[in-house]
Amino acid sequence: MGQIVVETSDLSKNYNGLTAVNKLNLRIEEGEVYGFLGPNGAGKTTTILMLLGLTEPTSGTVQVCGHIPQREPIKVKSLVGYLPEKVGFYEDLTAAQNLKYTAALNGLPRGEVEDKIATILAMVGLSQVADHQVNTFSRGMKQRLGIADILIKEPKLAFLDEPTVGIDPKGIDDILNIITSMSRKGITVIFCSHQLPQVQKVCTRVGIFAKGKLIAEGPVRILKQQTSQEGQYRIEIQIADPVSGLTDMIKDIKGVIDISGPPNSPLIICSADLRSQIAKTIVDSGSSLIGMKIEEYNLEEIYKKYFREE
Amino acid sequence: MYAVFYKELADHFNSKRFTILFALASLAAILAIYVATQSIRGEVSASTEFIFLKIFTISGEALPSFLFFMSLFIPIISISLGFDSISSEYSSGNLSRLLSQPIHRDAVINGKFLSGLTILSIIIVSVVAIVVGLGLRTIGVPPTSEEVLRLIVFVLISIIYGAFWMALAVLFSILFKKASTSMLSTIGLWIFFFFFMSMIASAIADAQIPLDSNSTLAMITQNAEISGTIGRISPCNLYGEAITALLVPQTASLNSAIMLISTLIEGRMLTPLPFSQSLLLVWPQLTSIIALAAICFAISYIKFMKQEIRSI
Ligand SMILES: Nc1ncnc2c1ncn2[C@@H]1O[C@H](COP(=O)(O)OP(=O)(O)O)[C@@H](O)[C@H]1O
Ligand SMILES: [Mg+2]
Repeated sequence: MGQIVVETSDLSKNYNGLTAVNKLNLRIEEGEVYGFLGPNGAGKTTTILMLLGLTEPTSGTVQVCGHIPQREPIKVKSLVGYLPEKVGFYEDLTAAQNLKYTAALNGLPRGEVEDKIATILAMVGLSQVADHQVNTFSRGMKQRLGIADILIKEPKLAFLDEPTVGIDPKGIDDILNIITSMSRKGITVIFCSHQLPQVQKVCTRVGIFAKGKLIAEGPVRILKQQTSQEGQYRIEIQIADPVSGLTDMIKDIKGVIDISGPPNSPLIICSADLRSQIAKTIVDSGSSLIGMKIEEYNLEEIYKKYFREE
Repeated sequence: MYAVFYKELADHFNSKRFTILFALASLAAILAIYVATQSIRGEVSASTEFIFLKIFTISGEALPSFLFFMSLFIPIISISLGFDSISSEYSSGNLSRLLSQPIHRDAVINGKFLSGLTILSIIIVSVVAIVVGLGLRTIGVPPTSEEVLRLIVFVLISIIYGAFWMALAVLFSILFKKASTSMLSTIGLWIFFFFFMSMIASAIADAQIPLDSNSTLAMITQNAEISGTIGRISPCNLYGEAITALLVPQTASLNSAIMLISTLIEGRMLTPLPFSQSLLLVWPQLTSIIALAAICFAISYIKFMKQEIRSI
């Protein structure tokens, strides 16, 4: 079991009457890639700011890497990297110069800095433009420079606040890959996003935020089961030469709620995983079964479901 | 803090802004020398004391003195160095990244303020050095040690005066997210103090004690006293009075009423004061400027420390 890197208990933040974060209890272990998933205004950024010690919590407690950010901000900030939502750089300076400044602010020894910057820029794929001014960079390049800016301080924990907003699909893939390689280097990553497929792709665990509350949390797998129990399964099948009346025979299986679509490729909605029963029925009827696909609920549906309930 | 300081200093040196400001200030210095050489011969005789300081205070027929240039340029330079110091970090999205580094929050504002002040000091010292150098060549009289002393104090007061305007500009750069708003507010305040304050002061004085050809001396002095006191609300006037007292050693009092009486009654130029007396004379002005700068900086500091780092 890894160490606990982030721990909050009943963490809350009010902004003159508005509850941005409401009694949040989080425990994040070393080595995780934890997704903060939630729509805009859910309180993700506010939570990060409190974890960094940049905003005072209204109530509740926070511990990051064993330190209380409000009491030991410098300590926490030297262990934690933060890529803000709308990240910016000194536009007149080059990528390397910007990183050099961050290195200086972190008190890195001067001798090592140049080499380190070169290595890190290579890792985020910006070696070619190391000496170009940042004002020539695309949004995707700036985000990658932002990640380089985190890596330069060799953090234990990194917060990435919506790093993929406004970037083309290729750029998104690049960033997701970098996140994976950060995790491989042993950095615990908190990845903030309202884009489900991305969270699903890189995160080991996810917490769904809505209106300042953590409404569901867990490994992506478990979350799927939770909703599937009370939800439905969708089974798509393909039949080579369906006998007439097969549709009705399937409909009679206990647990099947609905069957629709053409007879050779119907879509079945059922309340349990009825794949074996359905297969048996088809084969028994004398038709041949070519394919069968059970569609799992993905996070998107979970996400939508939770937000419908809110 | 040193990392912030050095970075800001390097940025200033590389900026067009610095080049322009330096060019402007140098131009003022050269103009001042030109004015001085044009008119100094008519003003001095063998017995004139403090000839060297005259270069700084003398004004020509069309062109004002170096002191006037300084009182004009110091606020402009300070304001242009400070008006976007914090707001630019905000709007560029650098601030939250900067504040997530392991530095104290005040290191940002202190580093920025000190680097601005360093640049301002470099400009002021260079400009005065240019005037001194050219002055030595043109009039050929070296400054006495007292003149040197007065010049050093003059430079120090000028830097403190600049610090006040810079602190004000930094404050506005924290209060207003838009650099243009901050710039206009600070410049507006300066224009108000520089151009309108003395007009307002004399208007109020005239309303209280109207003067005409029959006015008694008592009324005239009272009028002058009122306008002098009100005028002192303006930091521009405080600075003007302080540097005049320093570089025109004959200034015996900064109370305009007393000055008026003494010139009216005695009808002659006063004898110069010793350095210590001049210093004593400007002490209230000096402390007022320091206090104003400190207040502006303290407010900026508190505002900045409490500010939400998110812009929305
Ligand atoms: N400085 C602030 N003052 C007032 N309300 C704020 C402030 N910052 C955030 N909020 C509010 O707090 C809520 C949560 O915001 P945020 O944490 O930015 O959400 P997210 O990052 O999930 O989009 C929002 O409703 C937002 O309007
Ligand atoms: Mg956010």
